[in-house]
Amino acid sequence: MHELSITQSMLDLVLGEAEKAEAESVAKINLVIGEMTGVVGQCVQFYFDFLSKGTAAEGALLNFKVTPTTAKCRHCAKKFELGEFDWTCPYCKGNNIEIVGGKELFVESIEVE
Amino acid sequence: MEIKVVKDILGANEQIAQKNRQLFDSHHVFVVNVMSSPGAGKTSLILETIKRLKGKTRVGVVEGDISSSLDAEAIGKEGVPVVQINTGGECHLDANMTSSALPSVPLKDIELLLIENVGNLVCPAEFTLGENIRVLISSTPEGDDKPFKYPLMFHQADAVLINKVDLLPYLKFDVDAFSKTIRGINQKVKVFPISCTTGEGIDQWVSWLFDQMKKG
Ligand SMILES: Nc1nc2c(ncn2[C@@H]2O[C@H](COP(=O)(O)OP(=O)(O)O)[C@@H](O)[C@H]2O)c(=O)[nH]1
Ligand SMILES: [Mg+2]
Ligand SMILES: [Zn+2]
Ligand SMILES: [Zn+2]
Repeated sequence: MHELSITQSMLDLVLGEAEKAEAESVAKINLVIGEMTGVVGQCVQFYFDFLSKGTAAEGALLNFKVTPTTAKCRHCAKKFELGEFDWTCPYCKGNNIEIVGGKELFVESIEVE
Repeated sequence: MEIKVVKDILGANEQIAQKNRQLFDSHHVFVVNVMSSPGAGKTSLILETIKRLKGKTRVGVVEGDISSSLDAEAIGKEGVPVVQINTGGECHLDANMTSSALPSVPLKDIELLLIENVGNLVCPAEFTLGENIRVLISSTPEGDDKPFKYPLMFHQADAVLINKVDLLPYLKFDVDAFSKTIRGINQKVKVFPISCTTGEGIDQWVSWLFDQMKKG
């Protein structure tokens, strides 16, 4: 459900950028969404189709890049993807880790005409 | 034509949250964002906290949980100012909703503001309100696998309160393993096993909260 407010914020951001570039329409929006945010691309698409009606972004293609939840071991400094039910480092079995990826939620770029 | 943007989708929320924070700071009000799934014990914790702080700190409450206005009534009976936010069915509070409630909050007269967020473990993690600390309540009947399902929430919490420990004898819930899992991804977190029913652990939580307030 939080996709509704996230999509509205994303649309506002995109329309602002398009206006700054004096573009007539937005053809494509490249988004980066971290796995940890729980944001579902399909839901964003659903709300986007609805919210963008009558705006310069109507009909724009949404492209999602999903980044996995990535951790870095504070002991051996190796990086790995966080397991679903196991948060220990697969290399040294340490459990003191730092989350370094998967929290992203941003507009990377847009294609305008 | 391609335009590089690289901007946070929730940047606008972040900006409003910072304004809220400035307002809180200018009134020397310490703000706590209380989050949990529905029924984990947010209202109960707020009530217990208010009782313990009576005569020590002047408290105000912002009630964002849509589950009932009974929550606001119960808190009002404790004699503290409480403002109900009408979330219009949203599944989380955001900085803007918080900001619109603030004119009704007597910031001049309080030192601590407890905000009860909407019962949900997903989106409140994304939307900062301008709070000083984030407190997450996870109750024992929900099971000890919650961190694995909602890592962002547990990663960002300043304190995790394991509520309803009075029910531990009837449940499979490993408090030590649970705490260790959270500390693994969140080095700064404080974990407090508590029971709002028996009062166990509440003094420890309140005294920690009091210390955080003094630090500002
Ligand atoms: N056994 C037990 N029940 C509790 C405890 N804390 C809260 N409850 C009960 O859990 C239910 C939900 O609590 P509430 O504070 O309204 O949760 P909220 O939805 O997060 O605000 C109520 O029936 C409370 O009485 C506790 O420590 N132990
Ligand atoms: Mg409640
Ligand atoms: Zn939400
Ligand atoms: Zn390691």
